[in-house]
Amino acid sequence: MAIEVPVEHVLLVAAALFLLGLLGVLVRRNIIFLLMSLEVMMNSAGLAFIAAGAKWGAPDGQIMFMLILALAAAEVAVALGLVLQISRRFDTLDVDAASELNG
Amino acid sequence: MTLDLALFWIPAAVALVATGFVITRKNAAHALIYLVVSLLSVAVIFFVLGAPFAAALEVVIYAGAIVVLFLFVVMMLNLGNTSVMRESRWLRPGMWVGPAILVSILLITMVYVIVGLPDANVTKGEMVGPKAVGNELFRPYLLAVELAGFLLLAALIGAYHLGRRYLEQRREP
Repeated sequence: MAIEVPVEHVLLVAAALFLLGLLGVLVRRNIIFLLMSLEVMMNSAGLAFIAAGAKWGAPDGQIMFMLILALAAAEVAVALGLVLQISRRFDTLDVDAASELNG
Repeated sequence: MTLDLALFWIPAAVALVATGFVITRKNAAHALIYLVVSLLSVAVIFFVLGAPFAAALEVVIYAGAIVVLFLFVVMMLNLGNTSVMRESRWLRPGMWVGPAILVSILLITMVYVIVGLPDANVTKGEMVGPKAVGNELFRPYLLAVELAGFLLLAALIGAYHLGRRYLEQRREP
């Protein structure tokens, strides 16, 4: 059994989670924390999709969530490879250290 | 109805508080633990909303695989007390003011829009089980599944390439 919740409440929680993630991206300089905040933002987008799916009693919301999950997994795999390279090259996790292009 | 709302808002409050701790911690390992708590409480919300399959995926893939990947990197980089001290140098309290104001403006706008939605937007309160999801996923959404496969393959190759050590030797000539 599942319960009946107003969709507005779920969307409010999703918006608040998304904005907390955005705040983390804006404030932090450590690249690992930036990636964690990005995960929080993607997770909140998934929550909004699940809420929409629950509103209509349709499986589409869960399917979109699974696609977001695949996206998050792909993103985190590549990004953590980049983290390792940045920490090897610059000996820091500061994103500003890697602010210049160098061919 | 009140009990229903409590069932939703308790995990939601836990998720919000834990996420707040994620973005304010200075030690990456502590932040990861709070991230797990946040993801697990979102999984509870999924279950409450009648999406048990999504809740299971959230626990297995997000809280399991992705956070473990983060933990591996944090352990490989061997972040200790020095990094915590460096983090507190980067994270001065004054830095929170500007972004927090901007984000609260966005929050106010979003609350205004969401509260203004037409009435009677209540979730159906019925479970959408794995069978329905699988039926839908492998019929109309088959192309999206294959595209996700492409994306994961590209990520695999990219992560393999970035993780190799030879890139390191090509640094400054």
